[in-house]
Amino acid sequence: VKPAPGKGAPSGRTVARASVRPSGRPRWSEFGIEALIRVLGFSTVGFVLLIFGFLLREGLPVFFELPAGALLGRFWYPTFGSFGALPLILGSALVTLLAVLIALPLGVTAAVFVREVAPRWAREVLKPLIEVLAGIPSVVLGFFGMTVVAPLVRQWLGAPTGLTAFTGALVLAYMSLPTIISVADDALDAVPRSYRDAGLAMGATRWQTTWRVVVPAGRSGVIIAAMLGMGRAIGETMAVMMVTGNAARLPLDAAALFKPVRTMTATIAAEMGEVARGGVHYHALFGIGILLFVLTFLINLAAARAIFRRRRKGGLR
Amino acid sequence: MGTVRRLCTLRRWAAAAVALACFGPFGCAPAGGGATGPGGATARGGEADGPGGGQEVLIKNIGSDTLVNLALAWAEAYMASHPRVRISVTGGGSGTGIAALLNRTIPLANASRAMSPEEIAEARAAGFQPVQHTVALDAIAVVVNPSNPVDRLTLRQLADIYTGRIRRWSGVGGQDRPIVLLSRESNSGTYVYFIERVIRLGQKGNQDLPSPETLLMPSSEGISNEVRQNPNAIGYDGLGYVTADQKVLAVSAGEGGPYVRPEAATVLDGSYPIARPLYMYTAGAPQGAVADYLSWILGPGQGLIQGLGFVPLVRSGE
Repeated sequence: VKPAPGKGAPSGRTVARASVRPSGRPRWSEFGIEALIRVLGFSTVGFVLLIFGFLLREGLPVFFELPAGALLGRFWYPTFGSFGALPLILGSALVTLLAVLIALPLGVTAAVFVREVAPRWAREVLKPLIEVLAGIPSVVLGFFGMTVVAPLVRQWLGAPTGLTAFTGALVLAYMSLPTIISVADDALDAVPRSYRDAGLAMGATRWQTTWRVVVPAGRSGVIIAAMLGMGRAIGETMAVMMVTGNAARLPLDAAALFKPVRTMTATIAAEMGEVARGGVHYHALFGIGILLFVLTFLINLAAARAIFRRRRKGGLR
Repeated sequence: MGTVRRLCTLRRWAAAAVALACFGPFGCAPAGGGATGPGGATARGGEADGPGGGQEVLIKNIGSDTLVNLALAWAEAYMASHPRVRISVTGGGSGTGIAALLNRTIPLANASRAMSPEEIAEARAAGFQPVQHTVALDAIAVVVNPSNPVDRLTLRQLADIYTGRIRRWSGVGGQDRPIVLLSRESNSGTYVYFIERVIRLGQKGNQDLPSPETLLMPSSEGISNEVRQNPNAIGYDGLGYVTADQKVLAVSAGEGGPYVRPEAATVLDGSYPIARPLYMYTAGAPQGAVADYLSWILGPGQGLIQGLGFVPLVRSGE
């Protein structure tokens, strides 16, 4: 006769009983639950693979539809059959790198302040506030950037327009700050207390201990913070679309920082709504999507490697 | 100066809107003719029982962002008078609407451009002939910051500005400032029309493109926001979306020709050079509720157009 454990709560009880049974033989329901969890776990991998497969299916044709190298051309006029994505790639790279350059020092110093300097009560106020910062919708930040930051950039820097790569980088830096602060904060948290004690015992001041011992010990964590911040920045769409001006110009001249750029994400978002399904333009946008996917994958891979290395060396580098 | 002139223009439009509501092509019922909104609606309320016969009809209407506000106004007024008809209006661009029509997912697509030969071929392959209905006229206004002393340009000057051949305002009689080019995103029908009519001057073999320095703004709000605060900016958008805090330029079709400001009258008589028809497309001849709706648009619906900054058709039909 089957035990017929049923569903929901009864099966939970069955499991509990099974675990105390001396023979230790698990029941079939336990296999079922384990299998379910395993399937759910693997399905996340499966979804990523499916998404990548979909991207490849929709995007790969563009490499056959266009002559070799056309995608790396200098002019992006999709309505008129010109699909040179070089301005978009460089535009994304410029805005992202600049954003991380701005956000990293701010984020790391903020993390040092929160973890090492701030009194306990201040830390307890700051930590949740930083998390709130992460929750601001990007369209709100974009609107703020468009109406407040852009005019200031134009007036202070004397640029012809305030909708520039620099404005985009400022907004992106602000958006990636919460990521960078929390990851860097975790990294500092992982530095053993004995390091601080040792530093102080050697006669170093608190400042010297923080900057010469604690921060270098958490260096790989800081690198991870930079990587994740970069991943956050390169994929951001809405805010960037609203403040960078979206001009598909090659950002290679000296003044490119203070001129408009067009990023890959903004291009996909702005144009995907209009394209005819299955056309060259449609495939080209997915081709850009493949590129973005590969880029974020590489960035995350680098971050994962850094995390792995840190684990192996016990938080030391 | 500019503000005063604009106010006058607005008042003239308002007056014209009321007047036009009365001599719309199909002629409103005298009782409801004066009011463009609910008044006109109740006057025709009796008709609602006609086609539907108790069953609710849903008309999906997708397409041009230029047309979306107008289409919404039409849908609301029509639904108020025809309670059994529900009309859902979505923007997304002319191409989106036409694509949906080609997929047979909607019966009525809005487009600010004519269907391309490829799209028509695709429709034939899908087994139907798309039918074009002109529902209103649109003028594209060229706008600058109110502090900009330039107040008129020829089409050729506009083409030179947008292709990057003229890079400073001093080149067209303005201050010595850089020109910041603003354009609608390339997914907008307005963008394609502006390139064909202005940048390529309507010439067939002309392959000129807007300068890569052109800022593509994802929305009308993006353009008006930048024009409002940046004295270097020049932009264009449908007349219906131009707000009072931008300066509208007078445009001339040829050298020395008359400079014309976009207004209802100048678009109607064809003297303003950057104006075009707005379309709705049906798959085959319209039938049932869609046919009723279209004939209402070409009739009493024309009274709503001017309130939204577009220009109604004098005579409906082809």
